[in-house]
Amino acid sequence: MPAIVDTIEGRRIEDHRPWPRLLVTQETWRKIADEIAAGRATLLGLWANAGELYVVHMAFVDQGSTTIAVVSLECPDKTFPSVGAVHPPAIRLERTVHSLYGLRPISAPDPRPWLDLGFWNVKYPLGSRAPASDVRPSYGFLPVEGESLHQIPVGPVHAGIIEPGHFRFTASGETVVRLEERLGYLHKGIETLMMGATVERATKLAARTSGDSTVAYGIAFAHAVESALQMKVPPRAQYLRALMAELERLANHFGDIGAICNDASFALMNAHCGILRELVLRAAAACFGHRLMMDRVVPGGVATDLRPDGLTLLKDALKQFRRRFPRLVELYDNTASLQDRTVSTGIVSGELAQQFGASGYVGRASGRDCDARKSPGYAPYDDLDFAVPVMTAGDVNARVWVRIREVEQSLALVEQIIERLPDGRVAIALNGGTGEGLGFAESFRGDVLVAVRVEGRRVARCHLRDPSWFQWPLLEAAIEGNIVADFPLCNKSFNCSYSGHDL
Amino acid sequence: MLLVLLLAPLFTAFVRKVKARLLRRQGLSLIQPYRDLVRLMRKEVVLAESASWLFRIVPYLIFAATWVAASLVPTFRTGLLFSWSADLIAIIALIGSGRFFLALAGMDVGTSFGGIGSSREVMIASLAEPAMIMIVFTLALIAGSTQLSTIAAFMTSPAVGLRVSLGLALIALVMVAIAENGRIPIDNPATHLELTMVHEAMVLEYSGRHLALIELSTWLKLILYVSLIGCLFAPWGIESAGAALPTLAVGVAAYVGKLAIGGFLLALFETSIAKMRVFRVPEFLGAALMLGLLATLLRFVSGSF
Repeated sequence: MPAIVDTIEGRRIEDHRPWPRLLVTQETWRKIADEIAAGRATLLGLWANAGELYVVHMAFVDQGSTTIAVVSLECPDKTFPSVGAVHPPAIRLERTVHSLYGLRPISAPDPRPWLDLGFWNVKYPLGSRAPASDVRPSYGFLPVEGESLHQIPVGPVHAGIIEPGHFRFTASGETVVRLEERLGYLHKGIETLMMGATVERATKLAARTSGDSTVAYGIAFAHAVESALQMKVPPRAQYLRALMAELERLANHFGDIGAICNDASFALMNAHCGILRELVLRAAAACFGHRLMMDRVVPGGVATDLRPDGLTLLKDALKQFRRRFPRLVELYDNTASLQDRTVSTGIVSGELAQQFGASGYVGRASGRDCDARKSPGYAPYDDLDFAVPVMTAGDVNARVWVRIREVEQSLALVEQIIERLPDGRVAIALNGGTGEGLGFAESFRGDVLVAVRVEGRRVARCHLRDPSWFQWPLLEAAIEGNIVADFPLCNKSFNCSYSGHDL
Repeated sequence: MLLVLLLAPLFTAFVRKVKARLLRRQGLSLIQPYRDLVRLMRKEVVLAESASWLFRIVPYLIFAATWVAASLVPTFRTGLLFSWSADLIAIIALIGSGRFFLALAGMDVGTSFGGIGSSREVMIASLAEPAMIMIVFTLALIAGSTQLSTIAAFMTSPAVGLRVSLGLALIALVMVAIAENGRIPIDNPATHLELTMVHEAMVLEYSGRHLALIELSTWLKLILYVSLIGCLFAPWGIESAGAALPTLAVGVAAYVGKLAIGGFLLALFETSIAKMRVFRVPEFLGAALMLGLLATLLRFVSGSF
């Protein structure tokens, strides 16, 4: 079967790399939306940009041939056919496009704003920039009807030190009937700040989109810029990037495994995982000069080479993990009271994960075999041996186990990288070319997508799509029918990014 | 009476410290709860606009009820100030009324968390109290009295022997104590997750001296239960009213030792177990109730158990 992108008509944009971008008509746009809705392709992202004309873009990957493509639609009358009308995962993305640019999706099922909470002093900040009205419009939460239902509003400010987000529960006694999220409290206007920024500044902005996956964002942005400018990165830089990415994954997974158990009031696990996480962070600080390795990945390579004694340090740390981690896994597996909390809590069905194209542990715990390191794949992972763990249960326990297996894979990857780390340069200079690029990277949470247009050392526009876009809605589905008191546990097992989602 | 009041924060601090050490953390200083009390006392009280008079008087009611209940439990000597007037059943009633008012106060302000907390607390209480009554029956049948001093005196006498019903009652009492004090696995006193709280959810709206009193009552309740278990099932070192000073000193030392052991075991247990799902709590307390019932029945069926 030919790939969808080969069967559609459209004007191909020449300088878009490495995958094709086609300028299409409304009719083709609708056709692709139908293909995605029918499950023959997976939606990867939907964003817009303002220029001489407003344009909406949609990235998707073909189910059969795994070809990636971007289609663009010009919107002279500030409207475009809604994808969300046939494919629910697109709804929030379209609402964002509407709130930021003022482009209206026609026959969209949900016209309410998204990210725009009414605190901005302009309406459509990337579009008309009309002054906002003084009166904050009220937000209509989905109506609920029925006997003995009560609502519990939670947040945006929470009792713990976590990011802000509002959750509206409708519960019948202890059972959650519906959860509705309202996000946007961390909107930083990254897309606006990106426009016209130098590549150096844009790199820093991208690295700050979601602090816990700063390396992954750095890599995705670098991939996009390097594709746009047709740069070839030296192999040592590719290996060092992978090393940082795996260290970041280890640190986050250790932290998460402990934190999930802590939310079931099992602090022992958290204490031990905290020690492991700290070991990773210290190793990272010793090797790269920054605990979270922020700003170490730049387009063209990496900013700092590994410290000379870095390899020995890492080997020592690895020994510690190899010794301690299996004992923790055993502790997790043998604590009946903990298993009682995690097994069969917060189930995400495989169909739903597939429909939303959920990546990362959320998708993989529900039977979705996906990993940006394998497909589309990028260097140096094509030279390294690793498996993608997949579970089918879709509950909190499965998400913990996927993390545990990923930790094991990451440890093996770090060992391989240490062994095969090539010599040579770690970066090449940027050229002043012009082009458009699409870049992927697998963060610990899932695939990060970056679409960028570079014009002579400056970023014309950039869109960053966090994996959380397709995970937050699944959280709403996962908690349904569970008890209110299990929400923190479910939420932590998802650990979606607020900052990355709110842009 | 003053002794328990002074010891209560220290005991809670001790449990916290042991827990922290078990998790390889440094832990807070042992006098931190006293500092917290002083800090809260100095702070102004912030009242919700929707709070009624009930909300303001409840902390005093709870504190008074718990304090009186705690001072009814013999710690290191019998013949307490109030022991002529009250027995085990009175203690249960005092704690029960304290909880009743706290649940009311939780709902008074009208926040959803308070309501959730109150409904969960009442659900737990409705199961814990019958279990507690059953335990009291068992003890009263064996010792022939509900007076704590009498029971304690009886327990030290050789007439007790090894009884199955007492063992069952002890297990049931420990389970009830865990539930009543909101410890893991029923409730997590250290949590910051609003949605999982039971006790903390009810007191979320309290501040300043009100909060100080409620905190102190919580700590009093914990020491009350540990003292109760100590007094009923390990009554060694409890001296009669007229004992001389040196024997009293031994009694005090024994009491402190009992508290330390109780606190250590509590911390150990809490570290090794995760919290239960809310709907599992009835099963847990149902087991306590059945144990209590079984103990009573055994005692009825055969005098020697």
